[in-house]
Amino acid sequence: MHGSRLRKNLLTAMLLGPATAWLVVFLVLPFIAIAVFSVGERAPEGGYQAAFTFAQYANLPARATAFWNTMVLAPVGALACLLVAYPVAYYLALRAPQRWRLILLALVVIPFWTSLLMRTYAWMYVLGGRGIPALLAYIGFEDVRLINTPGAVLLGIVYGYLPLMILPIYVSLERLDRRLLEASADLGATPLSTFLGVTLKLSLPGVMTGFSLVMILLLGEYLIPTLLGGGKVFFIGNALVDLFLQSRNWPFGSAIAITLVLVSVVVLIAANRISTRVSGARRVDLI
Amino acid sequence: MTAVPDIEFRGVTKRYGSVTAVSSIDLAVPPSAFVALLGPSGCGKTTCLRMIGGFEQPSEGKVFIRGQDMAGTPPYRRPVNMVFQQYALFPHLDVEDNVAYGLRQARPRLSSREISSRAGEALEMVRLAGYGRRKIHELSGGQQQRVALARALVNKPAVLLLDEPLAALDKKLRTDMQIELQNLQREIGITFVLVTHDQEEALSMSDFVCVMNGGRIVQLGQPSEIYDEPADLFVADFVGKTNLLSGTVAGHTGDLVEVTLADGTVIAARKRTALQQGEAVSVSLRPESFSLGAPESGRFKGIVRNRIFLGSTAEYAIEVQGIGTLLAKADHLIGHGNLFKPGEPVAIGFASGTPLAFPDTKNNGTNQRVDKHVEIIS
Repeated sequence: MHGSRLRKNLLTAMLLGPATAWLVVFLVLPFIAIAVFSVGERAPEGGYQAAFTFAQYANLPARATAFWNTMVLAPVGALACLLVAYPVAYYLALRAPQRWRLILLALVVIPFWTSLLMRTYAWMYVLGGRGIPALLAYIGFEDVRLINTPGAVLLGIVYGYLPLMILPIYVSLERLDRRLLEASADLGATPLSTFLGVTLKLSLPGVMTGFSLVMILLLGEYLIPTLLGGGKVFFIGNALVDLFLQSRNWPFGSAIAITLVLVSVVVLIAANRISTRVSGARRVDLI
Repeated sequence: MTAVPDIEFRGVTKRYGSVTAVSSIDLAVPPSAFVALLGPSGCGKTTCLRMIGGFEQPSEGKVFIRGQDMAGTPPYRRPVNMVFQQYALFPHLDVEDNVAYGLRQARPRLSSREISSRAGEALEMVRLAGYGRRKIHELSGGQQQRVALARALVNKPAVLLLDEPLAALDKKLRTDMQIELQNLQREIGITFVLVTHDQEEALSMSDFVCVMNGGRIVQLGQPSEIYDEPADLFVADFVGKTNLLSGTVAGHTGDLVEVTLADGTVIAARKRTALQQGEAVSVSLRPESFSLGAPESGRFKGIVRNRIFLGSTAEYAIEVQGIGTLLAKADHLIGHGNLFKPGEPVAIGFASGTPLAFPDTKNNGTNQRVDKHVEIIS
């Protein structure tokens, strides 16, 4: 019926409307603005001045350290997160007694209820002079520096992003058909080959989802390197804050932001490709 | 010389907490046999199969495979392979890689040429040559079933375990697969152990049927023995269709026992165990043992309630006053026009000695077991 089809379309439009409007106003328009800024010039008193030049992009090497730190720490941080998260997710999905599972899952999520800022501040004290180093000094290890090192930043990252890695891996392992593991054992595979050949491969969609999720968030991470890295470990996020708020060089900041977005997109596509190729199964999509 | 059994259970018991799934089972499966473990769900048949596969450990007793005690041997070191219920094929591998999975686990390693040639042979054996590069989800249920078979058989196991392998297939395909499985077993000559709740499947495919109930083996025998000479009331009722008529023992004549039925009729029945005078019994009469005739002849007189025409035969639900509804099966002789119509009076006869009497503790004088068929038939 013509009338009912029209009504259906109208309903669809009404339901999708708010989200679309939100995305257009708060994502698409700012993105266009940033893209336009990035080919502009810095006004003498700071801010933006209309122009069409790729000078800002040509100037990117000036922030090479921030890019380098980010490009290293984001994948390394995501990897460290993965290595800690996988065994936890595995235990939760395949080994934990059924009645404990929900409680344990809740324990993974509960830290999220406190702001990351608070928790990172807590780490500052734990790693700072009166925290673990003081304890180590007490048992004879003098002058151990923990705070304001790349190691401290890495630790903060793993701590802060662990739940984001655990949950998608847990979901993909939880969905895993247990009989496949029995079939593998039945066909002569040792527990290790079963893990590598079946469990790990079939959980790859979850691994890739978690990995790209954490990695993309890390590309823009600002808080943890500032608090635990003490400004010594400079990230793109820090560079952006600096450029937009301190030196007010909006066009250069925009060029960096656009480059960051492009890198994120490439990472996402690559992760998607890898997981579909290896596991052949459909993805567990969280992003 | 007696051959070492392929599979042997010695006093095997399996408990889950306070629940006993399998209780003190002794069973020896001779080499190259096709054995069916048959029983209702929860009878312990799947647990038995899983104990052979190594996925469960017996709480008591021992499982032997070709004379070797399997205690502590994990599944991946056992010379058996299983066709899982719903097949459990690896979704991330194509057909050939699924079949080659077991070969790739072999140590010392097999050459990739040998792996692919053996996988190819296995696929040919299940008539799936040329399907090697297909994805699992592109296959039909029947094809997946055959991939599962090839994946198990390619490893040349001593015993093939089949867990309800045909349950997910439609009827036509199931019949084809029954024949195919039988042929495969004869060709390869290894022992097949089939778990099924479908008595028709068990009877039609296997050399031996092991009927299980409540964690115990109630009868072990050839399909015809199980059908013709059921060991007890449970087997008589579970295997094939039968009419169970309640009655009490009136006396003995030779080897036969006289049973007074609910309507007062006395019939002579064979028995499997000694029966006491006055003991409550159920008498089993197979639908095909009846002969239907003109109303004035025969043992019972009844009225046809339903007729199910099956081509070569016809089944009737016949109501008999005082007894209940009996299920009768009659050959359909073409051209004789001997089909009875619903509402028509009919007489039911049977050769003396065909009824089989079993002690029945649940018998309370009513014929509920007989009436059960009415639901099935109408």
